[in-house]
Amino acid sequence: MAEIIPIQYKVPLAKPKVGVAGKTGSWRWIKPIVDNNKCVKCFQCEIYCPDNTITVDPEKGATIDYDYCKGCGICAEVCPVKAITMVKEA
Amino acid sequence: MPKVVLTGNYTVALAAKMARVEVVAAYPITPQTSIVEKLAEYIDKGELDAIMIRVESEHSALAATFGAAVAGARAFTATSSHGLLYMHEWVHWVSRARIPVVMAIVTRTIGTPWNIWSSYEDFFGQRDTGWILGFAMDNQEVFDMTIQAFKISEDPRVYLPVLIGLDAFTLSHTTMPVDTPEQEELDKWLGPRRQGYVINGSEPLALGNLAWPEDSEEFFMDLQRGMEEAKKVIREVDESYGKAFGRKYGGLIYRYRCEDAKYHVIAMGAWSGDLMEAVNVLREEGYPIGLIRMRFIRPFPDEEMYEILNGSKGVIVFDRAISFGSLGPLYLDVAANLTKYTHKLPYMRNIIAGVGGVNVTHKDFYELVKTTIDDLEKGVEPPVFTWYHRR
Amino acid sequence: MARPIPPLPRDMRNTVLPGHAACHGCPITIGLKVVGAAFGNKVILVIPACCTSVVVGAWPGNAFNGSIVHVAFASAAAVASGIAEGLRKRGVKDVQVIAWAGDGGTADIGMASLSGAAERNNDFIYIMYDNEAYMNTGIQRSSATPPGAWTTTTPLGKLEPKKDVARIMIAHGVPYVATASVGYPHDFYAKLKKAARIRGFKFIYLHAPCPTGWRFDPAHTIKIAKLAVETGLLALYEYYDGRIHLSGPSRPYIDKSKRKPIEEYLKLQGRFKKIRDEDVKVIERYVDNMWEWIKKHI
Repeated sequence: MAEIIPIQYKVPLAKPKVGVAGKTGSWRWIKPIVDNNKCVKCFQCEIYCPDNTITVDPEKGATIDYDYCKGCGICAEVCPVKAITMVKEA
Repeated sequence: MPKVVLTGNYTVALAAKMARVEVVAAYPITPQTSIVEKLAEYIDKGELDAIMIRVESEHSALAATFGAAVAGARAFTATSSHGLLYMHEWVHWVSRARIPVVMAIVTRTIGTPWNIWSSYEDFFGQRDTGWILGFAMDNQEVFDMTIQAFKISEDPRVYLPVLIGLDAFTLSHTTMPVDTPEQEELDKWLGPRRQGYVINGSEPLALGNLAWPEDSEEFFMDLQRGMEEAKKVIREVDESYGKAFGRKYGGLIYRYRCEDAKYHVIAMGAWSGDLMEAVNVLREEGYPIGLIRMRFIRPFPDEEMYEILNGSKGVIVFDRAISFGSLGPLYLDVAANLTKYTHKLPYMRNIIAGVGGVNVTHKDFYELVKTTIDDLEKGVEPPVFTWYHRR
Repeated sequence: MARPIPPLPRDMRNTVLPGHAACHGCPITIGLKVVGAAFGNKVILVIPACCTSVVVGAWPGNAFNGSIVHVAFASAAAVASGIAEGLRKRGVKDVQVIAWAGDGGTADIGMASLSGAAERNNDFIYIMYDNEAYMNTGIQRSSATPPGAWTTTTPLGKLEPKKDVARIMIAHGVPYVATASVGYPHDFYAKLKKAARIRGFKFIYLHAPCPTGWRFDPAHTIKIAKLAVETGLLALYEYYDGRIHLSGPSRPYIDKSKRKPIEEYLKLQGRFKKIRDEDVKVIERYVDNMWEWIKKHI
């Protein structure tokens, strides 16, 4: 095994971190709103969200983390029951 | 200790084998080719327990060597001239990642036109990259420096890659006696591979994410600190190797008859041997001349250089390369580094010779040094820059 | 009793971390979620210069929950070869090495190192995500740009045909070649899992529609990805054991009558706004020829 004697100098090594580009929710101009009465918990929105901001609970439905949601609209388009609507950001 | 008679290239291969390299990724180029061939032979015969990646270009050679090194393996490559230029972007990438790697360079003229003989511009092209740059004079030193390169680069105070240069054909294809240590003794002295971090899935690490200017400059300032530390480490390794195996050279500079010298010549590489012959003849004729043979030019031994040259009446720097539009690269380094300690420089002369592989003999050196000293003694200053060319 | 969460999306959680620098609707991060789902953080991505180099964010943070080695542009395949062999020498077996490169870094500047790694059969997965241009530097054409497409270096539309890298890899005789799309994540996931079980060089082409470069509303990324398959323009398949194995989503489209008209795919994308009829015919001929080739090799 290579012996690792940790380097004492500054090196360009990075570790996993949420929000590397800041709170990207500020990029939105439209915002997805979920109607969890319509939601059939198919998980399509969670699978396809490029920013991984949607979590679907199999009982309760979809929750979106608006700190990071960029408002791309993919979730609204892939939802098979149109449970997500894009509304203008206030 | 087994003594063998080997060409410079086979010496490099033997040193890599005895250092127990684990991955070799190399591409053939005259005059380095027999290094790669010998290593392939060692591996296929089972004498070396390593993996060879038969890459499709030199750019991929250093890329793959780096990959193996980042993953934790002692990795090695070798190239020359155009191959070294082809992998140049990788030369920077490796040192700035602080990953220990050793590379042998058989110095060869760069074209246009095609030319396979020795001059040092390929070596000097790596001057600013952050690699430790060493150069050997004979095959014994090729062996010793290649082994030491692993120890230097894997020292936690350094963690920088090391490049060892040797002259095309004069060393690479010329047989000389080489004294080698016992493998078990060498294993004890060198030890297993050490590095500052590894990327092997044990934890999620990202190497090389975009960095903002202030962060980037801090990485690079730390690289400079590593280079400064390397001066100490190179001397320690030279001493310790000397104690273990009976040969030491004096660290970054090999001093030849400098103790009572009033005039100094500076050179690097195989032709230093011819220069030593000229120094011997001149000494017999009463000239107080000493030779400073550069073993390492990065880190540059600035303090030591000043210590030797303080009070010198005249210095000639022989360069086997030219920075077109300026002076010889070794001269530029020597003169500029002296200004860290004094602005009263001794008389300094830069003689370019041997570029393109032209053979320079001890008789040429004798003439050049004698006429320079004779002129200076008469109070005449010869031109600072001369390109000595002889058919 | 609570319903279980299926592997996709369950294993996608905590793979790509929110707040990364990708454009709205970026397909790259959808692809990376699938990679993360397949391998967890026991993955080393070798990433040459491309959008992903920047999407994962600036030091000291990384938006991907796995290891990354960023490398110089032309050398993803070479470094991945080196890492694979270094790990093999060191007896490390439980981590997946993946070269994750764009079409530029694979089909253009990276072609030589790709071919070298394929010929040597080095043991890793090479994924070329195809957004059909040099997107990171601002939408310049690559050899993977389709004919008729606008890019900043082909303002009147690219003339040359699209380089088919998957077929080049098949011609190299590597153990496994597959085509996939971000529109079909389960299919891509299955191909990743299968590739991981094979020893040797595996190549996966991943179609990645880019809203910024292709000029469409970012909401349509998945719709356009699916249309590429539904028009027959992109065939999802695997190539191993000497023949094509057509993937589920593409099976209906071996029948030409089932394919949607190409115009449905083209009209959604601003980069094809000025496409000439003769270029559309070129694309239709390309689709027909491709399916003829597929039928011969099934």
